[in-house]
Amino acid sequence: MYRLGIDVGGTNTDAVVMQGKTVLSGVKTATTEDVTSGVRAALEEAIAAAGIDRAKVGKVMIGTTHFTNAVIERRHLDPVAAIRLGLPATACLPPAVDWPEDLKHVVGDHGYIIGGGYEFDGREIGPLDEEALVRIAGEITEKGLKAAAITCVFGPINAAMEERAKAILEEKCPGLPVVLSTDIGRIGLLERESAAIMNASLLGLAARTVSAFETALAESGLDCPFYLTQNDGTLMAADVVKRFPVLTFASGPTNSMRGAAFLTGVTEAIVVDIGGTTTDVGALHLGFPRQASTIVDVGGVRTNFRMPDVFSVGLGGGSIVADDGGKVGPQSTGYRITREARVFGGETLTATDIAVAAGLADVGDSAKVTGLEPAIIEKAMTEITAILENSVERSRISPEPIPVIAVGGGSILMPDRLGDLDVIRPDHFAVANAVGAAIAQVSGEVDRVFSLEKISREDCLTQAEEEATRQAIEAGALPETCQVIEREDVPLAYLPGNATRIHVKVVGEMGGVDA
Amino acid sequence: MSTQITAEDLDAVALGGAFLGTGGGGDPYIGKLMAKAALLEHGPVTLIDAAELPEDALCVPVFMMGAPTVMVEKLPAGTEVLAALAQIKQIMGRKATALVCAEAGGLNSTIPFAVAAVTGLPLLNGDGMGRAFPELQMCSFTMHGVKATPLVLADDKGNAASFTTIDNLWTERLARAATVEMGGAALVAAYPMTGAQAQASLLHGTMTLILEIGRTIQEERRAMRHPGEALRALTGGHKLMRARVADIRRETTGGFVRGTATLRGIDEDAGRSFTVDFQNEFLVARDDTGRVLTTTPDLICALDGDAGLPVTTESLRYGLTLELTGIPADPQWRTEAGLTLAGPGYFGYDHAFAPVEALLSTS
Repeated sequence: MYRLGIDVGGTNTDAVVMQGKTVLSGVKTATTEDVTSGVRAALEEAIAAAGIDRAKVGKVMIGTTHFTNAVIERRHLDPVAAIRLGLPATACLPPAVDWPEDLKHVVGDHGYIIGGGYEFDGREIGPLDEEALVRIAGEITEKGLKAAAITCVFGPINAAMEERAKAILEEKCPGLPVVLSTDIGRIGLLERESAAIMNASLLGLAARTVSAFETALAESGLDCPFYLTQNDGTLMAADVVKRFPVLTFASGPTNSMRGAAFLTGVTEAIVVDIGGTTTDVGALHLGFPRQASTIVDVGGVRTNFRMPDVFSVGLGGGSIVADDGGKVGPQSTGYRITREARVFGGETLTATDIAVAAGLADVGDSAKVTGLEPAIIEKAMTEITAILENSVERSRISPEPIPVIAVGGGSILMPDRLGDLDVIRPDHFAVANAVGAAIAQVSGEVDRVFSLEKISREDCLTQAEEEATRQAIEAGALPETCQVIEREDVPLAYLPGNATRIHVKVVGEMGGVDA
Repeated sequence: MSTQITAEDLDAVALGGAFLGTGGGGDPYIGKLMAKAALLEHGPVTLIDAAELPEDALCVPVFMMGAPTVMVEKLPAGTEVLAALAQIKQIMGRKATALVCAEAGGLNSTIPFAVAAVTGLPLLNGDGMGRAFPELQMCSFTMHGVKATPLVLADDKGNAASFTTIDNLWTERLARAATVEMGGAALVAAYPMTGAQAQASLLHGTMTLILEIGRTIQEERRAMRHPGEALRALTGGHKLMRARVADIRRETTGGFVRGTATLRGIDEDAGRSFTVDFQNEFLVARDDTGRVLTTTPDLICALDGDAGLPVTTESLRYGLTLELTGIPADPQWRTEAGLTLAGPGYFGYDHAFAPVEALLSTS
């Protein structure tokens, strides 16, 4: 059986066909407005290039920035009811309080805070106010809201109240999609609540997008399950994406870093993904991107998703070279590079022209840059190398000389060595993100506050690991491949009683992909 | 001299508060949102100097007690401090004239602004710590014999507890226990004091200082410069190191997270290594020979080495780059009374206190 990896970016849609651990073909096509036709074009091209029988494609994995872009562009978002369980606590800051006004306007600002919620140790703040829920259900129907997001204070330590609230809403508003915050986020009420609200507002788009993917696959005669990648490099089944589109945020950089790890077999490295306009740099640890420690902002909203710690700099293949080579980027020709760069017959001196003139790459017509002054080439190459070196140093996490993996269409700019670090340029480097999608794993995760009064820290960690492993297997992981990739406990400050917050994540290979 | 603080100033106030949090004190974000909402609804807050108050004025510090980690999940109802203040009024037989910030570092730097806006009371330009510290009695008010009681602790449900104690350390113990029962975080009005006491005991000017620190961070970042240098010029601080976290060990003892971070120098400090101890806040920084570079109560403030934003001890992780600055504590902290409350000995260290400027000049 084969598997197909597809990456639907803002500019390009890339596709690869893989068999086991071999990449049979990789192609780059333009992303289209309707998504479907671009995906179709990419997968047709990839299948043709690999020369395989499409009936033997067993799984399709898709990475997309579609949902992130919807939030950033404030498009395709539905109005939702944001219901918080927590009164009398939390009344001081209503749901979506820190959202940008334009986004709040689109999603509708229908926030409710009602009685309910838990204390950090599991006691109830107060009973769930079921009458208020019935009243809200009436307003949801009246206002024609498309979905609801329920967030319970300390829900991550006990989901019972959110579930009860959901049952009531579903009974009163048949067919209404209801999102529970505990399915999405971690401790940190506003961030988790915002993620739940964004998720609820994306459900309509998710249904349409997933069916667009389904159509594209069906029209191409592919009759197999498909998955989308999430921000941590693991997979979600298509029907899960319909419920949790928000978990696909930031999956792009993750896919290219995971793809880089796979293509090289290296698990500890710095990955440099050089595109047309920007370069993303991040660190791989155990084959996974290192996560950002700080709060990540999506479209102006604070979220606590675990996202890769990626440093972006304005250097790419299309970067404009100015100042006799002294300045490279951040201005770029972008997608116009194929018309404007000198090697493509244009007038603009770009980073790609420098790479060709320096003999690093064979792109376009090299005769067009033979007249370039050696001093300019050298100066520009020095500048490019300095930018890359500085970005890699920022992401370096130890003095050990780990390799640098160069991927992305613009990685022809990368010299063979960067300071004291070796550079690896794998085959299929230009479509590493689609490869990352194709090889994504499945995961299970536990993030909860435990009390260490009656049970030891080690027992708590073991308990959390077992629960996370069980979740991973339920999601389709092969039990023998499951491994813990994150394991941290942070004791809660300023409180006696030894409460500690434990976060464990387990990943495993998706079953049934290797022939 | 009075200064008006508007909702637009609060981003800077919170940034400055996070910097003086010395790695602890909790993220001022929630307090900032509460203060912003209050200032937008009720108008600006007036900062006044304690000297402007009559000697018999009633000044009341307000703050949050408990785990900031709880506070980010169970947000306050918003009425807690008002209830606490009402009870203080009942006990004292009169209304507060002005509010006081107890702790200029961390979450408690922003909360008094929210309360001042809602009550319409002025806020004194000063505080009791000039930084963050983990315990309630660790403040200049204690040094000047101001009793923490009557102290009123209030929760989201409407419970309020007032304490009468023999000293401020007992107040800390009893109030801490009640805080856990109230759900791990509670709001407090305490240390009611006269205008004369406020003038004598406050660390003056710290509210405008955090505003200036925050503005400096904002301006330097806009100019694409790391704010470390400008902040040292502003605070009289000394650069300790630019380094990357190479190891981090944490353990919980008595409800507090203690730990040590091992740091490897980068840039101009490449080749050196350092350790920094913390108990919620950074306490002691040492070089690779074990020599102390800065010690509590002097301030050890951390900025992200790249982004230039304040970093908390909770967010320390392997690979993070830091720029640490040692800042002389207010002279009150360097007195015998100050060192008894929060010097190295209180935190179980053997070394004697020495000022950061002296420690660094002998290197």
